[in-house]
Amino acid sequence: MPKIIVDASVVEDNWQIIAQGSSLSPDELTEGNYLLPLDLWNSLAEQNTPPANLGIWLNSDQLPEQIQGDFLNVEVIAINFPVFADGRGFSIARLLRQRYDYKGQIRAIGNPIRDQLTYMRRCGFNAFDLAEHYDLEQALASLQDFSETYQTAVDQPLPLFRRRG
Amino acid sequence: MYRYDSIDQQIVNDRVAQFRDQTQRYLAGQITDEEFLPLRLQNGLYIQRLAPMLRVSVPYGLLSSKQVRMLAHIARKYDKGYAHVTTRQNVQFNWPALESVPDILADLASVEMHAIQTSGNCIRNFTADPFAGVAPDEVMDPRPYCEVMRQWATFHPEFAFLPRKFKIAVCGSDQDRAAILIHDIGLILTRNDAGEVGFEVYVGGGLGRTPVLGSLISSFVAEKDILTYLEAILRVYNLFGNRENKFKARIKILVRAMGPEAFAKRVEQEWQHLKGSESTLTDAEIDRMKSFFPVPDYRPVDADIDVEIQSLRSEHQAFDRWVNRNVREHKQTGYVAVVLSLKPIGVPPGDVTAEQLESIADLADKYSMGEVRNTHEQNMVLADVAKDQLFELWQACKPLGFASPTIGTLNDIICCPGGDFCSLANAKSIPVAEAIQRKFDDLDYLYDLGDLSLNISGCMNACGHHHVGHIGVLGVDKKGEEWYQIQLGGDQGKNASLAKVLGPSFSRAEVPAVIEKLLNHYVAHRIEGETFLEAYRRIGHDEFKAAAYA
Repeated sequence: MPKIIVDASVVEDNWQIIAQGSSLSPDELTEGNYLLPLDLWNSLAEQNTPPANLGIWLNSDQLPEQIQGDFLNVEVIAINFPVFADGRGFSIARLLRQRYDYKGQIRAIGNPIRDQLTYMRRCGFNAFDLAEHYDLEQALASLQDFSETYQTAVDQPLPLFRRRG
Repeated sequence: MYRYDSIDQQIVNDRVAQFRDQTQRYLAGQITDEEFLPLRLQNGLYIQRLAPMLRVSVPYGLLSSKQVRMLAHIARKYDKGYAHVTTRQNVQFNWPALESVPDILADLASVEMHAIQTSGNCIRNFTADPFAGVAPDEVMDPRPYCEVMRQWATFHPEFAFLPRKFKIAVCGSDQDRAAILIHDIGLILTRNDAGEVGFEVYVGGGLGRTPVLGSLISSFVAEKDILTYLEAILRVYNLFGNRENKFKARIKILVRAMGPEAFAKRVEQEWQHLKGSESTLTDAEIDRMKSFFPVPDYRPVDADIDVEIQSLRSEHQAFDRWVNRNVREHKQTGYVAVVLSLKPIGVPPGDVTAEQLESIADLADKYSMGEVRNTHEQNMVLADVAKDQLFELWQACKPLGFASPTIGTLNDIICCPGGDFCSLANAKSIPVAEAIQRKFDDLDYLYDLGDLSLNISGCMNACGHHHVGHIGVLGVDKKGEEWYQIQLGGDQGKNASLAKVLGPSFSRAEVPAVIEKLLNHYVAHRIEGETFLEAYRRIGHDEFKAAAYA
């Protein structure tokens, strides 16, 4: 089973990503856990709340406001980084956490790099599917590159200026 | 100036450790070139034509003498003994080895400096009026606000991978000296009718291949709301800026595509979610930041000093010229601000040697409260000089090479490093600057021409700000040969304008003679007291064009 980083640990993962444009029908997705592209999720959610073994993945040009149905109880929402330098996912994750109060897992997929982990964590990601060439145990160190931060973000509700002695 | 507390110091130290680890992993082959690119860029490290280039951040251009001495040390130890002042008030080193960069960053951290976000697609250094805090026309000192915003932008987790670079400039006086209209965001401190302090916010200015002046999107954002408002702008840009085409990725393209009003509305909508949140500034924080920029301990200066300076000026013509061009008025009676010219003929504009940097540190300690500022015109400023030391300072500056009495004249050329160093350049710029300076080295002639800015960029990225020079020179590549396009009519400041291209480009050898024709046309047709720019605007582009190609 592939491994990913979740909440600062390396764990086995059994969520599978369903590609954009897949012609799979929901009947074929009863066994196992699947992350659905937004349009597929939306077409299911139009009818009724999708089952708990289904999650969502958003591409970097898709915003939380485009998700239909009740998604706050979805276990995993993934945000795709088509290239690692596409930084829209940082804003999308913050919106999910701070505007929608989504409490489930937010996972970075696609091509995130190890040296983005600390920023991603601060924006509300708590799961990271890094490329295979990374040693995940070593990569954990990059979650904590900084001992203190200036701005408020998902991990820190108060900016430093409200916390300085 | 702002001083780090233990937390600021820890954050910068963490950065040094982070980049040391990243560099080691890169050198060990664990990070690809593509992955390392933004990591090194966000530490100011470019791979240049001949060697890496390291850009050091100088927040709003302000340096202590101790920091200047460290720059001298770095120039000597890791470079070829000199440094370069940039058009965004930073300092660059052209010859460091990649392996030594973590050590340089550690040396910088020891004097509360860094190279954080001096390059890459992130929020860059905040620039400001080099006469902040001392200019007589100032509404408010921008530096405390710059520092507030610097801290907010430092390692901002959401905005480290923007569509493109993002530059913010702040000015505290109505007469803009921070080129705010050519920045992604330009802020002018102002007061509303109720007397409250806030900012006029301009967005979407920029030079480069599509020069645009910024648009006003809010005439008043209260000081306590500035961080949440900036956050709203950046979020809209991060989510909706163009990521397909690098040349259409700056915020100016987004603002133009949406229209400034629609963009402002989108920002306003986003801001409604953020306004009043914990990032709203507190009075305590604003006061704390202001406490780092107190009115210095000025001493009384004998009122007779003006008479004495007057008599020294009539006695020493060179001193008189220097006072005319290089000395600026000051808020404080008995004090002036002095511009140290980094434009002596034969030296690339903005270059300073390690020895000169140490001399500047000494001058700052002796004559200007131990501080100095970089200007975006690539000079340095001693901002707090008592008038009774002015003559002595001038005498000290002369042998050091800083007394060139040419500030604001044709010879105070703004110039990027160009093809001699930069791998982006299409053409060299430094030799063009030198040829122009040599041709027009007669001071009386320069003074007769009056205020005249000549800006040179070696490529359309426009680091030399050629679009806003009264005369702009742009290096272009034509079939592998260096050619130069000349533009006229640009200006910076609150009434900024973008220069208009004259016509077909010229060879490097032709440039000085073409400039001469333009100047001759101005001298022949100006009305008494009219500057080059005013004459150009009155007489019109076509006549100058005809003169240039005659």
